[in-house]
Amino acid sequence: MIDNFKNWFKSGTPWIWLNAGAVSISLLLVIGILGMIMVRGMGHFWIADVYNMQYDEGDGNPRVVIGEFVESAEVPDELYKEVEGKNKPAGLEKVERWLIKSGNRDQASADFQWIYAHNIQKQTAPDNLIKLERLEWGNFYGYLNDVQENEKVVASSEHAWDELNTRFHRVLEIREKLEVLEKNKIGSINYGLERLRLQKRKLELEKEDTPDNLNKIKAEAQAFNNEYDILIKELTILRNEISRDSANFTISSGKVVNIPLKLMVSIIKPNELSTLSKLGHYILNFYNFIFDDPREANTEGGVFPAIFGTVMMVILMSILVTPFGVIAALYLREYAKQGAVIRIIRIAVNNLAGVPSIVYGVFGLGFFVYFLGGNIDQLFYPEALPAPTFGTPGLIWASLTLALLTVPVVIVSTEEGLARIPRNLREGSLALGATKIETLWYVVLPMTSPAIMTGLILAVARAAGEVAPLMLVGVVKLAPQLPLDDNFPFLHMDRKFMHLGFHIFDVGFQSPNVEAARPLVYATAFLLVLVIVLLNLSAIMLRNRLREKYKALDA
Amino acid sequence: MSTSIQKSNLWHQKRRRLIDNIARYGIGFGGLSVIMAIVLIFFYLLWVVLPIFSSAEVHTNDSYIASSLESGNTILIVPEESGKLAMRLTNDAKAVFFEQSNGKTLKVIDLELPSDEAVVDAQLVGLTENIFALRLGDDQIFFIKLSYRVSFKGDERVLTPRIEYPFEESFLSFDNSIKTYSATLDEEKLTVSVMQQDHIIKLYRYEVEEGDELPDAETVTEVESQTSVDYMLLDAQALWLYLANKQGEVSVFNIIDIEAVELVSQTKILPPNEELSELKLLIGGSSLLSADQHGDFSQWSIQRDQSNNYFLNRIRGFKNDNKIIKIQTEYRRKGVLLLDSAGKLIIYHTTADNVIAEHQLIDSSVKHFALSARANVLIVEDEQQQISITKIVNEHPELSWNALWDEVVYEGYSEPDYIWQSSSADNDFEPKFSLVPLAFGTIKAAFYAMLFAAPLAIMGAIYTAYFMSAGMRSWVKPGIEIMEALPTVILGFLAGLWLAPVVESNLTGIISILLILPPGILLFAILWQSLPKQIHYRIPDGFQAALLMPVIAGLVWFAIAMGPVIEHLFFGGSLISWMENEFGIGYDQRNSLVVGIAMGMAVIPTIFSITEDAIFSVPRYLTQGSLALGATPWQTLTRVVLLTASPGIFSAVMIGVGRAVGETMIVLMATGNTPVMDFSIFEGMRTLSANVAVELPESEIDSSHYRILFLAALVLFVVTFIFNTAAEIVRQRLRKQYGSL
Repeated sequence: MIDNFKNWFKSGTPWIWLNAGAVSISLLLVIGILGMIMVRGMGHFWIADVYNMQYDEGDGNPRVVIGEFVESAEVPDELYKEVEGKNKPAGLEKVERWLIKSGNRDQASADFQWIYAHNIQKQTAPDNLIKLERLEWGNFYGYLNDVQENEKVVASSEHAWDELNTRFHRVLEIREKLEVLEKNKIGSINYGLERLRLQKRKLELEKEDTPDNLNKIKAEAQAFNNEYDILIKELTILRNEISRDSANFTISSGKVVNIPLKLMVSIIKPNELSTLSKLGHYILNFYNFIFDDPREANTEGGVFPAIFGTVMMVILMSILVTPFGVIAALYLREYAKQGAVIRIIRIAVNNLAGVPSIVYGVFGLGFFVYFLGGNIDQLFYPEALPAPTFGTPGLIWASLTLALLTVPVVIVSTEEGLARIPRNLREGSLALGATKIETLWYVVLPMTSPAIMTGLILAVARAAGEVAPLMLVGVVKLAPQLPLDDNFPFLHMDRKFMHLGFHIFDVGFQSPNVEAARPLVYATAFLLVLVIVLLNLSAIMLRNRLREKYKALDA
Repeated sequence: MSTSIQKSNLWHQKRRRLIDNIARYGIGFGGLSVIMAIVLIFFYLLWVVLPIFSSAEVHTNDSYIASSLESGNTILIVPEESGKLAMRLTNDAKAVFFEQSNGKTLKVIDLELPSDEAVVDAQLVGLTENIFALRLGDDQIFFIKLSYRVSFKGDERVLTPRIEYPFEESFLSFDNSIKTYSATLDEEKLTVSVMQQDHIIKLYRYEVEEGDELPDAETVTEVESQTSVDYMLLDAQALWLYLANKQGEVSVFNIIDIEAVELVSQTKILPPNEELSELKLLIGGSSLLSADQHGDFSQWSIQRDQSNNYFLNRIRGFKNDNKIIKIQTEYRRKGVLLLDSAGKLIIYHTTADNVIAEHQLIDSSVKHFALSARANVLIVEDEQQQISITKIVNEHPELSWNALWDEVVYEGYSEPDYIWQSSSADNDFEPKFSLVPLAFGTIKAAFYAMLFAAPLAIMGAIYTAYFMSAGMRSWVKPGIEIMEALPTVILGFLAGLWLAPVVESNLTGIISILLILPPGILLFAILWQSLPKQIHYRIPDGFQAALLMPVIAGLVWFAIAMGPVIEHLFFGGSLISWMENEFGIGYDQRNSLVVGIAMGMAVIPTIFSITEDAIFSVPRYLTQGSLALGATPWQTLTRVVLLTASPGIFSAVMIGVGRAVGETMIVLMATGNTPVMDFSIFEGMRTLSANVAVELPESEIDSSHYRILFLAALVLFVVTFIFNTAAEIVRQRLRKQYGSL
């Protein structure tokens, strides 16, 4: 029991509790953020039930609402009165509003709608309700009537669903072929033709445009064009093939809508699925999210190019940052004469980790892109001018900028590792006659490698999450080509690329349909957090292991 | 045999030494170049920024006699903007093109005039199209168009001048002789104001199309001036007509609707007994530039007072030692070139209120004074027909210390103000490059972030380092620290898309959390300690934080749930509209509160981690000594531990501030990015960093805008560098101090 409040306050115990409260709040914030991203991000892939609701607002105009439940919100009485111009219905404690994703953006104006829960007369989840994901116009909900081939009905009523599935698989196969044709083969031809154009221009610039050389180029171009003609024929056939089938659906308004199968991405009857098969679809959705290309201005589909771009950039950055960081650390710790100058440099390097990333972006744009890139173009790619090759933001500049941004992390971590190596080990090696570099190479560096790794992992974690500088030096919302493909020289360091972090910014804030894209943004955020938290955890574990190891050495 | 071993051994030794040396110099070189690269950031930014502060360079290099080149008196000189050619229009209807460098005549085009009258004068009427009006005789106005065709001879640019007749042979003809006139062509709208008899000005409006003949005037309006008219000025868009006389009586007519011309203002801009020497319109047409007999130069902006009446407001000016005899405005910027009676050229920029350069141009009196469109070539002809060419390098006249950091009276504003408005559709717009609102926004964002983060992080660190049980600490510390790695784009996205709407609809609840949490925690503490000893001994000290988590979650839920009730009872249903009605406090959905919370979360781990380290590394024997002397743990903490650790806490806060100042993505996503100067927590802001991220990709390389954005980056760099260095030095000193303890 507390006998005396005055004493209790005097003892400072309340303050301790308040401080404890601060920790709890911080922890709750961490857990809250991570939890929310996890729940919302992973929820994106779950197949929700689709409801068929008889809806009547009491204006003598009952209608059917079909869609997925998204969220509910309470409407304050005053607001309800203001909006609806009448008091809330008697006997209702509070007015609830539901956000329904009703899709069918091509039919209705928006694919989301708010409805009042109390106006729903009857709510069912019929098994035969079909949900389509489409290449355009977003999701579609409706009942299947029949399946058509060249506008002739081939299956209706209960057979229609099976027929639709078979024919949909055929479409998927054709689509795959089309993709290979359009993206890889025709893409290669275009790339080759562009290369030839540049070659020709280069010859002109170098005044070597002899008929001989020009004819060579012409012949090559002709070969490409011939190949192209063949491919175009194939393409036309496939395009006709894929447009063959369509299906008729009845939507909520009772209207019958015809949808070609070539527009469908997936077809399911969500209400019919068992929990287990929903789980299967969940995994499939997740897989598609990671390995598919984005659709509809990034608001649907997957994030594969963004993952790929992030990984490519991080790999390039690591290749750049590790040797330089390690060499700088070796110099600072092992070779430079320790004194005031080195101390100042060390403080400066430490502080650079705290310089805002946007400053690096500005530097990268000005120095790397415009200055270095511009000069490289003048020297090596005059044939492409005035279109810039390296004088425009691109993968290599983004990697370089981030390498500069993260080099202090690697230096600090490596230096720390070097400092931990006991003196007697070095002296032992030197006493046995090894030179300094041999001592470093065979004794010191292997023992420092975990510290270098830690530094690198932290650098990677920071680079993967940075967005602001990348907006200036190479990231775009939609890159037509990946930076790595099967066209020589395979790795295209001058290309712009997509990035997970920028994807979040772009889809969340600059897309035309933020509401529809929101789940996808959460999923992307979840992916990014997952990667970064895992990287950081591994860095922490490495560091701990390192400490344990050298504790033993010290003893 | 043994010698060969020795030899190979010797060779081997040599090789090892060589490698060692290579490594030594290689690593030295590599290390130094990495460090150089880092230093380069600073110097490169500085290198881009410096031209902002350099003044203009003016060189008069070439001069020659005009009449020796070709006969006729000069009516008008038009320099071509790349600095190669110039056109001299003569009174005997010739367009003489000569090279600027040596005055050599390149080509003479005889103008095909519709009548035999001599060319009396000429003026530029359509800037973008380079169309000139020529007055022929007393009562005719004819139009010509000047253009240059560019071709390449090898790598050399060759310019071929051309004179075209935009309206064929048609011309404007008036029944009486013209005293003064002014004309302006804006796309397809030709406006001509003509004074034929004193005080009566006629305004003609024509709908014209290039290549067609001039039609009859669509409207003719007569305007009567109450004062005599010596100057008649029309702006490029034909929105205003300015009439003035030598005594400085200015009448401003609004001619937007040409059928209902309205006299909006009549002002005398000179003291009595003073006379105007020159009056011109600044580009954009909403500012008059006046110079009087005694060297006073002023800019007058047309603006409205509170009762919506227009008036001319003198917004800036300066006094020159000599009378100013010529005013020449730049065609694409708000700059002015002045020539005084002593032949001194003064280059001045209005917005920056800055005399950029002074240059002794000429000793004799000047007859023609012509500036190229890019304001880089000035051609002067004096009474002796001596032509001289002056090259001007003046890249960033609009930037000065004043323009960037001081209050400026912009055109159309009655009060001096700090405004950032960089983008513009055309040259008429006055760019407003005040960095103050951005710096203010940066400080504001950092302030609210620190307000949220510093108490939480420091208090949390105190508890974690000093009171928390070791087992729990080993989980809590990395748990909070992992947040530091959380990409800020995610925090920003959550803040903008989730937190901002939540805060808006639960504002009362969010604010009451603040009020409810401290007493709630204390109440729980009292309750907990009042529990029977068996229960609360089961959970030892050092686990309060774990106990409090559900309590705090509950309190937060309670506060949010009570929000609508409180709003209903006290604020008429909505706190936001109540604030608006009662106090006029506006509310942005993406405001400083949201930014403060989101950025606070980004900063908490940094401050927490460093503070915690500082407190935890206070030597145990200090605290144990204090405790042994009978101090309570809290007394020990406040009087021993915190004192010892205070430099560490200080450096933690500094690093936190440094991070908050430079943070980009959160501010970009969680505010409206409007550069307002309002410290209200419910309004947004635009920070230096977000501004750079938004505007740099679209700014033209090496333009003033581009350099200012680099300046913003440099400011960020220097500020954070100073903060971090201060923190680092304090921390190192602290480490030494502990070492000695």
